[in-house]
Amino acid sequence: MIGAGKDAPGAGRVVRLAEQGRAPVRFRLDGADCAAMEGDTVLTAVLASVPALRRSEFGPEGRAGFCLMGACQDCWVWQEVGPRLRACSTPIAEGMKLLTEAPGDWT
Amino acid sequence: MSGRGAPVVVVGAGPAGIRAAETLAAAGVRPVVIDEGRRAGGQIYRRPPEGFSRTPQTLYGPEASKAVALHAVFDAAAASGRVDHRPESSVLALGDGALQVLGPEGRSSIAYDRLILATGATDRLAPVPGWQSPGVYGLGGTQIALKAQGLTFGRRIVLAGSGPLLTLVAVQLLKAGAAVAAVLDTAPLGRQIAALPELLARPVFALRGVAMRAALGGRYHAGISLDRIEVDGRGPVAVAWHDAGGRVRRTDCDMVGLGWHLQAETHLADLAGCAFDYDETWAQWLPRTDRMGRAGDGVYLAGDGLRILGADGAEVAGRLAAAACLADMGLPAPDAAADLRKLDRLDRFARGIAHAFPWPAEMIRALPDETVVCRCEGVTAGELRKTVDYGGAEANRVKSLGRVGMGRCQGRFCRLAGVELIAARAGTGADSVGRLRGQAPVRPAPVEAWMDRGCGAAGSG
Repeated sequence: MIGAGKDAPGAGRVVRLAEQGRAPVRFRLDGADCAAMEGDTVLTAVLASVPALRRSEFGPEGRAGFCLMGACQDCWVWQEVGPRLRACSTPIAEGMKLLTEAPGDWT
Repeated sequence: MSGRGAPVVVVGAGPAGIRAAETLAAAGVRPVVIDEGRRAGGQIYRRPPEGFSRTPQTLYGPEASKAVALHAVFDAAAASGRVDHRPESSVLALGDGALQVLGPEGRSSIAYDRLILATGATDRLAPVPGWQSPGVYGLGGTQIALKAQGLTFGRRIVLAGSGPLLTLVAVQLLKAGAAVAAVLDTAPLGRQIAALPELLARPVFALRGVAMRAALGGRYHAGISLDRIEVDGRGPVAVAWHDAGGRVRRTDCDMVGLGWHLQAETHLADLAGCAFDYDETWAQWLPRTDRMGRAGDGVYLAGDGLRILGADGAEVAGRLAAAACLADMGLPAPDAAADLRKLDRLDRFARGIAHAFPWPAEMIRALPDETVVCRCEGVTAGELRKTVDYGGAEANRVKSLGRVGMGRCQGRFCRLAGVELIAARAGTGADSVGRLRGQAPVRPAPVEAWMDRGCGAAGSG
């Protein structure tokens, strides 16, 4: 799991500089409860909790998005059920169940 | 072309697409405007989600009034039905007079009579050893995170590359309270000074750039070369670089933003059959049009997807493309003379920018073999060089054999560097190794988008 240590506060990569008074949104990441804010993208929500969105299929490193405008396709993440999501262009929604690794029955 | 009855379609709702749509609507033509954003504005004038509270002044600085005006024009036209706005929709492919569009309701086919492509630009990237690490972002992406989400991705940031965005993003981050440790510009100071006469085509912009540069103080270094991004399992820990005097330097950081100005987003223009020419100034292949933006066969181009003139140039080019479209339809079109003069001045300035902040061809040609060139599939510079030795120095052939440009980004972030490496291996210029052809789909699409309705066509990517 690339989200190791995600329960520790500050384990993510996001540093919020503004717009901090928004309503909370709860979602699940690799089975653990996480919190984000209304208006966060899936990318923001996940990286507020863990340092990477997924693991590269072609190298050892994790990936955390790159272009943030839907062009590089670096930020596709898995859900427990349903289609993969492009994290930079999808808003986080209450109750989403996201995964940083492909579901077990995929590989 | 599919002929009369089908609408004029505008792809992109940034400054070019908005002005094109406005011009068409004013002439009584109701365009369909397809855009990937949730709200119109494009990347430069991107709006945060509803409920965010920063003012336009905070978000867009001295350009706030332009951003507000564009948003207002488009929102009013969409609300009154004078344009048919399709937000959160990606054009995947085009052919036979129709676009294949993936939106919130799944895939649909939209026939067009005439097509205005205002697809904008992405960061122009040069590979740096370690850039595949999480915590390395494009400069445009770094700016979007700040503008649209109010955040950044590190507590100590190094920005590197060249171009107006490098300085601008650094200043915006500092203003927002982020810690920017260094701003590393590969453009030598001498090149920047030599371009000043061209840059004075827009004195206000040139002066603003100088003032922003001053605000960076000792963080800014010109004429550097990047050695590598040092990483651990979590992300960047430092950037190793050489300063203009050749001294070895190292700056600790936990985030890196990279970008060498912009590259035109041309995949749809390619699928539409546009001709391309290699432009030495921009070090990239750009579509061929007349001065109004006519590419032929009912296709028009406008904005940074045609020429990297920036937001003001995009507004002008959007109006011109729509005027050409109206004229070709036999409808009264606004007079273009003043806009064409404006475009000439903006073009002079933009070429000055390109000369001041050049593409780092030599740095790329010297990349160590182990450097990842293709971020999507981890193809290295060494593997690419071997492919050239084996298969020859033609870009599409190297792609077929070595997979550089075949990954999920469709070559957007590796093709220019790939071309440079191929040319270096073959001992030629970047213009002589060919242009990577665009392929549909230009955005990934779930298989279900092509399944029959009723068997799960509701999902979207």
